Amino acid sequence: MATQQIFSPLPGIFYRKPAPDKPVYKNDGDVVAESDTIGLIEVMKSFNEVKAGVTGKIIGFLVENEDAVMAGQPLAEIDV
Amino acid sequence: MAVKVLKPGLATTVQDLGRPGYYHIGIPLSGGMDRHALVAANLLVGNEAGAAVLEAVFMGPELEFTEDAIVAITGAELPPKLDGEPRETWTSFKVKRGQILSFDFLKQGARGYIAVAGGIDVPVVLGSRSTYALGALGGFKGRKLEAGDELPVGRAAATVKDGRSVAKELRGQPAGMPTELRAMPGLYWHRITEAAGNGFFSDTWKVAPEADRIGYRFKGGKPLEFVPREPPFGAGSDPSNITDACYPYGSIQVPGGTEPIVLHRDAVSGGGYFMVGTVIAADMDLIGQLQPNTPVKFVKVDMNEALAARKSRSELLGRLHSALA
Repeated sequence: MATQQIFSPLPGIFYRKPAPDKPVYKNDGDVVAESDTIGLIEVMKSFNEVKAGVTGKIIGFLVENEDAVMAGQPLAEIDV
Repeated sequence: MAVKVLKPGLATTVQDLGRPGYYHIGIPLSGGMDRHALVAANLLVGNEAGAAVLEAVFMGPELEFTEDAIVAITGAELPPKLDGEPRETWTSFKVKRGQILSFDFLKQGARGYIAVAGGIDVPVVLGSRSTYALGALGGFKGRKLEAGDELPVGRAAATVKDGRSVAKELRGQPAGMPTELRAMPGLYWHRITEAAGNGFFSDTWKVAPEADRIGYRFKGGKPLEFVPREPPFGAGSDPSNITDACYPYGSIQVPGGTEPIVLHRDAVSGGGYFMVGTVIAADMDLIGQLQPNTPVKFVKVDMNEALAARKSRSELLGRLHSALA
């Protein structure tokens, strides 16, 4: 097993849910596939999906819902 | 010669120095948000200063070249990679036919300018190749780039060299935190109280994530307190409303007195919000390089200081031209 990080592609606000009244995309411990969405980045009035990019199991999120993030900042750790 | 768009990035558009002359009929200036960096990219690859380039915001595109080319990336620290190998920003380099130009995560700044020797050869619309996406005008089909687009490139100058670069002191990028934006109080300054006016210039504001080519929104400062009045004829009832007026490029409107918005290259040309002042021309390029959450302070200047700053910015541009002549 190796640990990989998922990085934010963009600067902006990170959301773990598709909408305020919806459940989070993924929880700690969930299994993710490469094409799974793990969150959204809001910037310039658009919401951009962040894909896992790897298949594995989420160890944990490194940022909170609605945190401001930078491009290249690690968002979550995955056991692959 | 063409450049194929494999991945478009977030909102990559074709831009040149803009489309002045139509703002009075509602068509904005458009053009690069950081025009100094745009000129630098062009000069590095032997283009005219105002040739059309790609403006990539926050995230680079992935491009494939159908012929050999010379390219340069300036503006934001958006690290280029050629077939996966790192290349320098602010430096011209060769691309071979079939090679792929991609980008690493944005390190600093907001907008990267990708110049290709020969310039992006989209049709000239109202005197400019710039994209005004909101009006579906100019650029490549009036919109941001999409995967599968093929961008025509003009004929390069005969003597283009690779390996040329721009010294740090000629780059004109924002220096230090918070970024200082110089502004002159405007016609509607009397609408806010003295305390509100002082607060506006002493508070630290942060770039809001909504900031885009139309306007840069800031938040985090104290709400502005207005001087009571009877709304004049034609003005809305909110204290921040005015009878509709022209909005200058760089003007700072504050809807509801809460979040200042500095109008930028794709701005609307008029409306009914009071403007607290105007960011001076010399500092507009700096705004184009601000990421969300960047701290900013507005610094009060008068007309003499604004003109001196404009002169100094234009001298910087002159030194850039001399260095890359």
